[in-house]
Amino acid sequence: MKTLIKHARILEPAAMEDRAADLLIEDGRIADIGLVLSDGEAEIVEAEGLWLFPGLVDIHSHLREPGFEKKETIASGSRAAAAGGITSVVCMANTSPPIDSPTAIEFVLDRAEKTACVRVYPVGALTKGMEGKEMAPIGAMIDAGAVAISDDGRGVMDSYLMLRAMQYAAVFNAPIISHCEEMNLTEGAPINEGRMSTTLGVMGWPREAETIQAGRDMILSLKTGARLHIAHVSAAETVDLIRYYKAKGAPVTAETAPHYLTLTDDATDGFNANAKMNPPLRTAEDQEALFEGLRDGTIDCIATDHAPHTEAEKDQQLAAAPYGIVGFETLLPLLLGPIMERAGFEPLEALALCTYKSARALKLAGGELRVGGPADLVLWDPQAEHVVDSTQFLSKSRNTPYNGWKLKGRVKATYVGGDKVFG
Amino acid sequence: MSRWNSRDCLGLRGVSREEIELVLETARGMKEIQTRTVKKVPTLRGKVVINLFYEPSTRTATSFELAATRLSADVIQIQTGTSSVVKGESVVDTAQTLRVMGADGCVIRHSVSGAPHHLARHIDIPVINAGDGTNEHPTQALLDMFTMKQHHGRIEGLTVVIVGDILHSRVARSNMWGLLTLGAKVRFVGPPTLVPPEVEKLGVEVRHKLDGSFEDADVINLLRVQKERMTANFFPSLAEYSRYYGMNEERLKRTKPGSIVMHPGPMNRGVEITTEVAESPQSVILEQVTNGIAVRMALLYLLIGAERDPQPVKKDAAPAIDTPSLF
Repeated sequence: MKTLIKHARILEPAAMEDRAADLLIEDGRIADIGLVLSDGEAEIVEAEGLWLFPGLVDIHSHLREPGFEKKETIASGSRAAAAGGITSVVCMANTSPPIDSPTAIEFVLDRAEKTACVRVYPVGALTKGMEGKEMAPIGAMIDAGAVAISDDGRGVMDSYLMLRAMQYAAVFNAPIISHCEEMNLTEGAPINEGRMSTTLGVMGWPREAETIQAGRDMILSLKTGARLHIAHVSAAETVDLIRYYKAKGAPVTAETAPHYLTLTDDATDGFNANAKMNPPLRTAEDQEALFEGLRDGTIDCIATDHAPHTEAEKDQQLAAAPYGIVGFETLLPLLLGPIMERAGFEPLEALALCTYKSARALKLAGGELRVGGPADLVLWDPQAEHVVDSTQFLSKSRNTPYNGWKLKGRVKATYVGGDKVFG
Repeated sequence: MSRWNSRDCLGLRGVSREEIELVLETARGMKEIQTRTVKKVPTLRGKVVINLFYEPSTRTATSFELAATRLSADVIQIQTGTSSVVKGESVVDTAQTLRVMGADGCVIRHSVSGAPHHLARHIDIPVINAGDGTNEHPTQALLDMFTMKQHHGRIEGLTVVIVGDILHSRVARSNMWGLLTLGAKVRFVGPPTLVPPEVEKLGVEVRHKLDGSFEDADVINLLRVQKERMTANFFPSLAEYSRYYGMNEERLKRTKPGSIVMHPGPMNRGVEITTEVAESPQSVILEQVTNGIAVRMALLYLLIGAERDPQPVKKDAAPAIDTPSLF
């Protein structure tokens, strides 16, 4: 089985290469990349005017299985990812029951093997039952295939526990992903603390709740040498702290999400639950700091924090609606559109944030285009204009604040291991 | 001709000066009705108003009920005690059920900010917010402004000082929106723990000490302080609160001549206001209650009556009587 993609603009961020060429897929791998390739047996894909780049690696998502299959399953989530040009997804442990044991890791990997069309990498919980009290079996989960350890969805409130977890996880070289939230400061707070929370008369989720825990965890990372990845950075001060601790030599990486770069808390006006997320959308000043962090490398990568919820769950009063938005199917047009534009990036620089850089943050394979490597690829039509319409999503959920946005560029096809999984 | 533009009254944020003045003007006519021997007009005869109270309330619920019945509407009063966060579906389900039973308008009080807005998205009849969480209480602000206007003849240019727990106060927020729209100067006074973040950006002045902040005021509006705020460490004790933020006789002597003292009720006598102040000639607290009925009558009339073709009420005249054709 061979596929020959002809006349594409091939973008390989890891090598900073941007050229017109052909690419041959054979037995699930990239067999050759060259100016003019021909192969009598190969199925020819004419890609004149299209871009070809590595499949995206999304290191932060919620696939909701087991327990919340009405929101999403590993199968539906993987199809949504494929539709978004994402070929590898890291899924968080806050399912029901949580992924807090090697058996649970095996369950996710087994479901992925049987039902998913993209690569799925599970995260193991940091504490048993994600209760923030007792350490989960970190070593055994890593051995079973967990790629990182995290109680994402909740802040780890106990500093003693976090210290011990970092010391212990360092033995297994397991990265800890920190959802930074000092929950004493965020109780009952659906949106950012500031002008908008005051306008709507709701409690505000203050930026300090993120910055305090990010600071604590980086202090502990520096002390223990444990790898730390800061999830979904939203506040300007957190960017400053990451810059400081990276300069100090702490083994820290960080991600932000497309919504923090393209929306502010103004989007929550009218009690819009589809703009309610954790951490919350912040201000234009925070956005500027996040972009500066992307430009100077303080923030390593972008991840979606794809967080599906049913329409009924989101169609509640703002305080009662759950946090989170779906992100797989809007990632690429936002990345190669408004985010790239405002960052002042070339396409290669923008794509780097969701390919090899995100993969390297968690030391995952993928995110690169190289001969001999797996054919995880995206064919992209940069000219296709479209209006975001969540009813067309392949995700089971529709909770997006981007409905009605006019965006440019669409995924034409996605390949995982040479198999066309979308398009 | 001015009119109430929105189908609902969810808050005073975004409501125009003309709309607020229309309500206040209409309420003058409604207040006149209350001085008659027969305090009832047939304006909303045949209409059904639901009062959905998801939070305990005596005065607001009664005021709305009286307002609707004086306009001859039928009122269904539903009081449901609930926990602080209620699943949204139940509110919508209840309201939709009552809607298909023929309700023409819905008054809602709820402990969650934005609950009336959520309801309004799911129902096709006018929704009136009778207080939602810590967001707005528009009819309270309208009756406050009506009372201010009655005493000062105007709103524009007045200095209105609102004292206390601004953070949790829907009364303060609605007053802020309405008063700023009408051109008053609004000053919030309270401890930093009880003042919402960045509220200055919305156009109000913030001070943290009552002394030195009320002497130039035309209106002093004292908010009720909830005892549970003390246990949540917003301030150390009610005694300390009273010492720094309570209105007492000594402070009353320093108020500007002609100024009025307001309170949305119910009062904590001896905490934010002493009995001497509450019963002083400057206190207009009972007038506020009376005016509340008139303002709510006006709003019900403008939203539910007159087949959405509201007529401003002529001075000293009863509102135009609308008789539904079926009756």
